[in-house]
Amino acid sequence: MIRQINRVTAVIVFLLLALIINISYIQVFEARDLRGQAGNQRVMLTEYSRERGPILLGSQAIAESTSTDDALKYLREYPDAETLASVTGFYSLVYGATGIESAENDVLAGNDSRFFVDRLQQMFANREPKGGAIRLTIDPAAQAAAMKALNGRTGAVVAIDPSTGAILALASSPSFDPNLLSSHNASDIQTNYDELNADPDQPLLNRPLAMTLPPGSTFKLVTAAAALESGKYSANSELPGPNQINLPGTDVQLGNWNDKACGPGDVTTLQRALEISCNTAFAWLGMELGADAISEQAKKFGFESEFAVPMTAAVSRFPVDPNKPQTAMSAIGQFDVRATALQMALVAAGIANDGVVMKPYLVSQILGPDLTVLQNTNPSAFGRAMSVENSKILRDMMVGVVANGTASKARISGIAVGGKTGTAENAPGEPAHAWFVGLAPSESPKIAIAVVLQNGGGATEVSGNSLAAPIAAAVMRAVLDR
Amino acid sequence: MSQTLSRYRVSTRRSAELALLVGAWLIGVFAWILVDANTGDGSLGGWTSLISAGMLLLIAHGVVRWQAPYADPLLLPSVAALNMLGLAMIHRLDAADAQRAASNGSPQPTPDVYLQLTWMLVGLVAFMLVLSFVSDHRRLQRFTFTAGFAGIALLFLPLLPVIGNEVNGARLWISFLGFTFQPGELAKVALTIFFAGFLVTRRHSLALVHRKIFGLGVPRAKDVGPLLLVWLAALLVLILERDLGTSLLLFGLFIVMLYVATGRRSWVIIGGLLLTVGGALAYQAFGHVQIRFNVWLHPFDDPTGNGFQIVQSLYGLANGGIFGTGWGQGYPQLVPFSKTDFITSALGEELGLMGLIAILLLFAIVVERGARAAIATRDPFGNLLAIGLTTAIGIQTFIVVGGVTRLVPLTGLTTPFLSYGGSSLVANYIIIAILIRISNAARAPEITDAQLVMRQEAASQ
Repeated sequence: MIRQINRVTAVIVFLLLALIINISYIQVFEARDLRGQAGNQRVMLTEYSRERGPILLGSQAIAESTSTDDALKYLREYPDAETLASVTGFYSLVYGATGIESAENDVLAGNDSRFFVDRLQQMFANREPKGGAIRLTIDPAAQAAAMKALNGRTGAVVAIDPSTGAILALASSPSFDPNLLSSHNASDIQTNYDELNADPDQPLLNRPLAMTLPPGSTFKLVTAAAALESGKYSANSELPGPNQINLPGTDVQLGNWNDKACGPGDVTTLQRALEISCNTAFAWLGMELGADAISEQAKKFGFESEFAVPMTAAVSRFPVDPNKPQTAMSAIGQFDVRATALQMALVAAGIANDGVVMKPYLVSQILGPDLTVLQNTNPSAFGRAMSVENSKILRDMMVGVVANGTASKARISGIAVGGKTGTAENAPGEPAHAWFVGLAPSESPKIAIAVVLQNGGGATEVSGNSLAAPIAAAVMRAVLDR
Repeated sequence: MSQTLSRYRVSTRRSAELALLVGAWLIGVFAWILVDANTGDGSLGGWTSLISAGMLLLIAHGVVRWQAPYADPLLLPSVAALNMLGLAMIHRLDAADAQRAASNGSPQPTPDVYLQLTWMLVGLVAFMLVLSFVSDHRRLQRFTFTAGFAGIALLFLPLLPVIGNEVNGARLWISFLGFTFQPGELAKVALTIFFAGFLVTRRHSLALVHRKIFGLGVPRAKDVGPLLLVWLAALLVLILERDLGTSLLLFGLFIVMLYVATGRRSWVIIGGLLLTVGGALAYQAFGHVQIRFNVWLHPFDDPTGNGFQIVQSLYGLANGGIFGTGWGQGYPQLVPFSKTDFITSALGEELGLMGLIAILLLFAIVVERGARAAIATRDPFGNLLAIGLTTAIGIQTFIVVGGVTRLVPLTGLTTPFLSYGGSSLVANYIIIAILIRISNAARAPEITDAQLVMRQEAASQ
């Protein structure tokens, strides 16, 4: 009987052990999935019961929690809602969070491990736990100028401090009011969300980060950088610039936007080709340099890389192994080249910062619940895209584009603005995307900027100048007037 | 003289028991303080409850010291710790109920913890009565058939009209004088006594091999009779009362005791086959069994309907993680029946994996100590009774904790000593009293000190 008793005991102890193993699996390995399950109210209840930290521009809160007397103790409010929706995102009971609200949720909700000591203190002092705060790099004047200049048209603006990578403006238009989605009334939230979601202009889309479009002629900056970096070309190198060229192996004739040759005797210089946005010269240049060289140059500017600013931006692409005519088209930002506004701002920023591309970021400081600074963001380099010499040459060429070329509307009196316009062909017959990419002041740039208006205008190079360049000028003025 | 004597005195370990009991009580006190700090205004409102619980445990210890001085010192403190943790969690869930009532504007509910405290009193009084009146566990053998009839009667009591009560689709409560009681819990104790008494006299005939089928030694048909009878009783309970948990527990308990009594593994295999057949039949015949089984396999197919309980339980466990949210800082009230069947997931949420492991280790200590008493006692009835009672606690813990953590299908039983519910608490304290009684017999020296003194005096003359 004793042997049987021992066996039975062993089996029961084994069963208890099985319980422990199973519970360990649930509470350690499965816990994350279970917490993320739609319909799990606990995570939300925990977050709502705690005062969520504010999102700050300087000392101004652009998202803050105010206490209420309903079951969810705090209401999230956005004072300057529409101007900053692309940055703050929303914080919704029904639809979760987006933007900084989502990307920095651990800090704002107070779950971040950096708050461990704070949490202990709060526990012992019997104070209500509180989330930390996020201070952003956004320049309120630049952001407001961008939103005002976009004026409800579908488009995006990204402005960056080229020396640090700090994002000064991140505008998406048309915008929405996050307050509509952050109330405590679930059915209101649903109605509002459905309405926003059904809007053909997609106000919920974060255009500067999420939308990739063909960059059009603004991509000629990358091709020009590749040409300079190859060592075979200078600003004054002569290039063929006829009215149109035949794309090898096809019947396609690639023409210039104004249907004219780019210089007397069908010859132009690299400098002049950029100024007047000469398609034939850059298509020829692209085929001479080869797809690999342009692709390499694009990657150095950040193409094919994923940036978390901390919201993750869509990856910008240069086509893989294009053939010759495709390379020619890619060199002028057509074919399968796709870029976000952020990416094109990074191209300008790299050129502006003596060839070094800084990693873009939105969060300048992480603050504790009592607003003491816990962490400052240290700017860091993404990589060198071109030499100091070549970046200066390219900057001068860009100044030429504004002063003597296609980007006249970007001029600011007394300041050397550099830029490049672009008009990216969309599907045939549809209006093109109007681009402007620029920097100012050229001698020591304080701002690099990309503006895109989606389906902004006619299929001519003019729209980049007439539509996008003035927006850029307004934002640059706002930054430089500080 | 006295020096010589002390060498022969067996250590009773009663002081260790007292120290551990104080520790168990303090665990409950600190838990209670944390609950009050985190859910209320921070003032300790329940100190009278805590003092009374402490006094009760102290008196129980006194009775053990007096009636069973050689008893195992770990049994009472282990279950006391579980009982105190259960009280604290019920108190914590009372606070959540009060909060909900306040925000709904409904009248404040009566806290359940005071009733549970009353049941703790009843349970410990039963514990002390058993220890005092059952001075030798072998006396229980006399009541074998009385216990058997009582057990069966208790099992079927809820089926009677008027006093029988159906709650949540299962008919396992009776109510009288405003109290509800789950007689199945007491039936568990009575039937274990019956099994032990019955099997100890028939174990040799049951162990006889009649013939071999497929290499299995099959006992004689007339010996299989009682097994089939219990199997049928378990099935009847399942069918008539829709109580999956109790029938599973009783059947498992009987198989284990048959195996221990006869030493024949064929009983385990036959029992396993009968269990499978019974389970399959139940699955075919009953919608609620099918639902339970399917929810077990795919809880997230219907997270707001049939899967709601288990899904909420898993969410609670996930919210607790390794270290738990802390007393009063989780949302255990979101899990249905969090004071009874699902108290494990409530504890898992607020105390985390660490807390649950500690709790399961307390159960493991009870099992190990029960088994030790079963092995060390010198009579076969004692062996069988102790392992039976130990198994009852072990299997019940496994079925209910495994159920709420989705290791096995959810059947619905109380968690011994933790869950809210009087019948469970009383029955389990009686089990511990009998185990303490058996362990006392096992550990007591065969000759008493008085005999020793006489013997030595005789020798010195």
